[in-house]
Amino acid sequence: MMQITDWDILRNLLLAARWTILLSLIAFAGGATAGLLLTFLRISRRRSLIWMTRIYIELFQGTPLLMQLFLAFFGLGLLGIDISPWGAAAWALTLFSSAFLSDIWRGCVESVPKGQWEAARCLGLGYVQIMRYVILPQALRVAIPPTVGFSVQIVKGTALASIIGFVELTKAGTMLNNATFQPFKVFAIVAVIYFLLCYPLSKASQYLERKLNVARKHS
Amino acid sequence: MDYQFNFADLLNYRDVWISGIWMTVQLTIFATVGGLLLGILGAAARNHPLRPINMVASMYVEVIRNTPFIVQLFFIFFGLPAAGIKLTEVQAGMIAMIINLGAYLTEIIRAGINVTPKGQIEAARTLGLSSRQIFIRIVLPPAIERVYSSIVSQCIIVMLGSAVVSQISVPELTYAANFVQSRNFLSFESYFVTAGIYLLLAFLMRVLFALLGNYLFSRKEKAI
Repeated sequence: MMQITDWDILRNLLLAARWTILLSLIAFAGGATAGLLLTFLRISRRRSLIWMTRIYIELFQGTPLLMQLFLAFFGLGLLGIDISPWGAAAWALTLFSSAFLSDIWRGCVESVPKGQWEAARCLGLGYVQIMRYVILPQALRVAIPPTVGFSVQIVKGTALASIIGFVELTKAGTMLNNATFQPFKVFAIVAVIYFLLCYPLSKASQYLERKLNVARKHS
Repeated sequence: MDYQFNFADLLNYRDVWISGIWMTVQLTIFATVGGLLLGILGAAARNHPLRPINMVASMYVEVIRNTPFIVQLFFIFFGLPAAGIKLTEVQAGMIAMIINLGAYLTEIIRAGINVTPKGQIEAARTLGLSSRQIFIRIVLPPAIERVYSSIVSQCIIVMLGSAVVSQISVPELTYAANFVQSRNFLSFESYFVTAGIYLLLAFLMRVLFALLGNYLFSRKEKAI
């Protein structure tokens, strides 16, 4: 029988972590794109649009991510689309993060004082101009820390893709555990790798929050 | 698409669904109570003047918040028995949920504590209250009231996260869904209905917590 050394465990986990990172990046990019679109719909003045996005956000915030993954995996299969665990995970995580990001960003846009809108309108600027030159630059500043903070949730969320059979860090961990019967060691290393991925993001988010808030007080 | 949806057959497994929901509710109740106690303890430790206590609490929070729940669950369920601690699936799931919620609540409650006006603590000290009395009677109640909505959101997130506990075969709601779809192959229908039930549970939790909040925080105002 082949012997699995500690070095093999570590190497395989690190190799699997690539897929965690890649899936996180895809989910973040997709979620940010769709989330931006949703944010604009949400702050539009069309009631029906506002309601639709609200329901969308409620649905994704009120159901477990695991259920969303299952539905993406089995639901798209029903539609006759042959979907791999990869595709299902990427879709589900993209939709999941778009709902959360758009909710975060709406809050940021709304945090810009109403007076700014009125002042800009008085100056004769159109909607697009107001957005581009007045509101978004200010909202962006507020949005960066929570956005970075949410990326931690995405990285952690990718762990659930292991359940539908996508071989990333957590799945590699369970597979190595089955092969070596050293759960304590294997899952401790898995946890450490996740920690190393997430902790810098958490810290960056806290740092940015402090820095941007201080800058705001001075201006 | 020529797939015929068949929700009616799910009803044949009524008992499985009901016992699954009941298990999820039980897990949530225990996790909420345990998590709150752990969070209060953690917040007290985070503000403790002794540095080692503070550091242990801070490490606990950082480690839990920066690793996925499923890894924490696997570590507890597979890892602890290897270290000689035997746990049933339900115990392991519950412990994982409490530990997870406790870390988030530590930070949330601490945020509520940190904005307590210094004068109140000084006044309480002048009245001769001990540090423990000050924490439990003066600092904690208004702190919890201040961050109540964040606490509620976090408890709901943990309830939804409990779906993952099905992976160590705790017979809760998601486990029921997996069980049903493995019998009748109505996977989409099963998970669709399950998602709906979770949505309903989240809604009910929000309502119950709102009622509880009204009850807890309005009495005080009447007394003044």
